[in-house]
This record gives sequence, C-alpha cells and structure tokens, in this order.
Amino acid sequence: MAKHLSVGRIVLYAALVLMAAYYLLPLYVMLSTSVKTLDDIRAGNLISLPHAITLDAWSKAWSSACTGVQCEGMKGFFWNSVKMAVPSVLLSTLIGAINGYVVSMWRFKGSDALFTMVLVGCFIPFQVVLLPMATLLGQLGIANTTTGLVVVHVVYGLAFTTLFFRNFYVTIPDELVKAARIDGAGFWTIFFRILMPISGPIFMVCVIWQFTQIWNDFLFGVVFAAGESQPITVALNNLVNTSTGVKEYNVDMAAAIIAALPTLFVYMVAGRYFVRGLTAGAVKG
Amino acid sequence: MSSPNKASSWSALADRWLPKLVLSPSLAASLLFVYGFIAWTAWLSLTESRLLPDMTLSGLVQYRELFDNDRWWTAVANLGIFGGLFIFCALAVGLLLAVLLDQKIRAEGALRTIYLYPMALSFIVTGTAWKWMLNPDLGLQKLVNDWGFPNFTFDWLVDPDKAIYTVAIAGVWQSSGFVMALFLAGLRGIDDSIIKAAQVDGASLPVIYWRIIIPSLRPVFFSVLLILSHIAIKSFDLVMALTGGGPGTSSDVPAIFMYQFAFTRGQLGLGAASAMMMLMTIVAVLVPLMYMETRSAKRG
Repeated sequence: MAKHLSVGRIVLYAALVLMAAYYLLPLYVMLSTSVKTLDDIRAGNLISLPHAITLDAWSKAWSSACTGVQCEGMKGFFWNSVKMAVPSVLLSTLIGAINGYVVSMWRFKGSDALFTMVLVGCFIPFQVVLLPMATLLGQLGIANTTTGLVVVHVVYGLAFTTLFFRNFYVTIPDELVKAARIDGAGFWTIFFRILMPISGPIFMVCVIWQFTQIWNDFLFGVVFAAGESQPITVALNNLVNTSTGVKEYNVDMAAAIIAALPTLFVYMVAGRYFVRGLTAGAVKG
Repeated sequence: MSSPNKASSWSALADRWLPKLVLSPSLAASLLFVYGFIAWTAWLSLTESRLLPDMTLSGLVQYRELFDNDRWWTAVANLGIFGGLFIFCALAVGLLLAVLLDQKIRAEGALRTIYLYPMALSFIVTGTAWKWMLNPDLGLQKLVNDWGFPNFTFDWLVDPDKAIYTVAIAGVWQSSGFVMALFLAGLRGIDDSIIKAAQVDGASLPVIYWRIIIPSLRPVFFSVLLILSHIAIKSFDLVMALTGGGPGTSSDVPAIFMYQFAFTRGQLGLGAASAMMMLMTIVAVLVPLMYMETRSAKRG
C-alpha cells in the first residue's frame, strides 16, 4: 500500500514538474535567445545553450533598434509607458477608493443601482467606445498624447477600482462608521482617519492590478497614440513586425523582456496581492 | 449653545450631499464614456459614414455590408475555433493543475508562482515569444528535427488553415495558470469532512473528485467561463502580435476586423457595426452565464 502510494506520488510530482517546464520554456527561450548572437541562433536550436553570452542584443533593443521609421530602441517608449501608467494608476485607484467608500458606507436611495451602472464598464468590449473616444480626444486636442492615454485609462479603469474598494469596504463592520459618526466625525474624517489606515492591502491589490492592466494594454495604445507617444507594447509590436533587413530574433526577445520586466518584477515581489487582485476581479460583484 | 448645534447640522447637511457629490464625476464619466459612447457607436453603425462621420441615419446598410463581407465571416469562424479551443483547454489544464496541486504538494508555492507568471505578461510579449518559438525555420520544428526527426514539420504559424490554432496554443499558455488559481481557491474552500466521509465509505480519490468535489465547484466554473469567454471575444493583442491576422486574413478575429476597418481603412460605419456585433456577442454570452452564476450562488 505504502509502496503503491509512493509510485503515485512520483507520477504526481513528475506531472507537476513537467507542467512547470512547459510554463517556463518560453521564458528560458526568450532569455537564452536574447544573449545569443545571430550566428549562434542559426547554428543551434531553441533550447541550446548560448556559446557565449553577449548583451549586444539588449543594448540594441534598448537604444538603437528600429520600431517603424525611427531607430532609437525601446527606451523612449519605456518611459512613455511609465509616464502613462503612473498617473493613470494613482488617479484611478484614488477615485475608485472614494467611490467604493461611498457605495458601501454612505448608501443612499439608488446608490446600488448607480454602482451597478458603473460596473457595466467592466464588461463592455472596448471596441465599442474606440471611435467616439478618438473623436473626443481629437476635439480636446489630446489625441496621440500621453495625457490622452491617461484620461482613457482612468475613465475605463474606474469600474474595476470602484469594485475592488467597494468589495473591501462592505466587509468592514458598519458599527465602526456608526460609532465614528456619533462621535461627530464627518465624511472625510471617517475616510482618511478610519478607513485609509486599514486599506493598505486593498490599495496594494488595486495598484498592482491597474498597473498590470495599463502597462500591458495594447488596444488603447495602438488606437490613441501615434509615433512619439506610443507605449512600449505598441513599440514592441512595431519592432517585431518591422520587416527591413535581417530578422534579429535576439533583439526581438531582449525587447520583449524589457517590455515585460516591470510587471514581472511586480509579480515577483508582490505576487500575493497580484493573485488576490486576479481572483477578486474575477468574482465580479 | 446654538453654535455647536448649528455646526453639527451643517456637517449633517454636508454628510448628506457630499457622498452624492463625490460620486457624481464618476457617474457622469460612466454615463458619457460608457453609455453615451455606446449609443454614439450604435448611431454611427446606422449611418453611411466612411472616412468621416456622417450622422444621417440610413438604416441597416452597414450591417448588410458586414454580413456580405467574407472577411467578417472568416473572423467570426476564427473566433468560434479559437474561443472554443481556448476556453476548453484553459479550463481543462487549469482544473487539472489545481487538482494536482491540491494533493498536499511540497513546494506548492513555488509551483504556483511558475504556473501563474504568464498572467503578468502582456499578450504582446506572449505573442512575440510564441511567434519566435513557432516559426518553422528556427523554432520548435528545428528543435524536433535536431532531436532526430528530420521529417517533422510544424508550420502552423504560416499555414492559413492552421494559424488560428497557434493563437489558441499561446492563449492557453498565458491563461491556464489563472484558471488554476481560481479553481485552487475553490478547492480550498471545500469542507474536508465531506471528503473524509466519502473515503470512509470506500470511494477512491478519482471518484471523490469526479462525483463530489468537481460538481461542488459549480460557481467557480461559471466565473471561469465568464472570464475566459470575455478574454476570447475581446482578443486582439495576442493575434496582432502572433499572426497579425495572417497569413493574409486567415487568422482574423472580430477585434482585428473592427480595428482595421475603423482605423486603417477608413470605413467608420462598418467598423462601428462590427463593434456593435462584438458588444451583442458579449451580452449574449455573459448575461445567461451571470444569470446562472447568481442562481447557483443562491442555491449554495
């Protein structure tokens, strides 16, 4: 019996390790390809180890690879994404926190219906708002700018951030707020003095979720930003699909890793919150 | 005597309108940017707009043109193939991983981290990586050739009949870990005593999973289906990065169709009509699922 059990365990672990290899393979391939020379890539195969490690592809991807007509690498676009993501994440999270606070602790007649109305924004396919948004951004004079992208990301991030905070605040006992109100605390005092200090985890979840969404976004970037203001995902796609001269797979892979690094880093250091955000975002409403 | 009273009545008044006031900008944003824009797109889809918006209503011409467009039907068929495969495989792989991980595994945390990290990546990065791995010259095909199977070919990426399947492969790789996380959370919520009781009755582990545990995960199934179908219908980035809709238009999906007609071919009306079709598909899929989800949640 014990013997039989251990054979089962071995099969179980083998299956798990095999699956782990399947998930890790693309990452390994990306990394190893990015440090190979083109000759090395052609001589070997996907999983062969590099003969010599070179960072040439990395420096080219960062500062001189061609993304369409210009050949200045990913660095400018990396900073575009930073300039887009940081304000979008902060604004949408902050507004979401206040909204969530209102719809959970300051319910008024019709507030549940209004919350449901906002929530619909989580479900729509964004294709259905692209054309009007492009028109509006054009009329406001912020088409093809990072500012325009920030507006778009904040507006369409609100539904999710509101949901996150609302679901967190409904778990907090009403007595806490009632007692504070009897003591004379007002709307803002309760928010800043009582709720903010215990909202750390949900802020983490929300910031990480928003950052991942916004950094990884491609649709809004490709539609609302052109040339100089493109985010990194759009630049990466241009770089990979620029078909002039020899295809430099090592540069493509280095650029892809550069584009993935910020969100991968966040996942590595705060994976716990990342998973919580995923599952909370999943169990919508 | 009167002043504190006055102050408190002031703050009571403030407390009555402040919540509504702080909520109103978001409500206005939602009304304009979600509802208003959907109405705008709907209107646009009922006009003859081409390069420039022309707001004169002209009935269902764009929809008629859309339904006569072969490329649209290719896109719809591809969505069916991709969506079906993607949802089924991601569900199966995710559930399997969750069940395997639920066997009191050592290093469970590390394994979970590995299974889930693709979820942190952009679909563009995933597409770029898989495009390289699936390219017939130097990718997986060459690897298998090097292993001693010189006649092995794997050129789905450049085969018009197979390109859409590569999108499903990459999509499952990216999303199955997430499905695993949702199912694992569900499994952890199940009362151990039910399993123990079944074991005492002599039921084997597979039978317990198949008959008792998996059926009790019904609500998780609904959430997973909801999310996966949502990802599938919206899928755009992954296809753009992996195949660009090609070879030719063979791996087009509705989102790419919409993008190209609305933004690169200057056919606003047709683009709007295709966007409305996408919205209706989402509604048609999500509403019944959400209805079933809330019903099964209520029944416990």
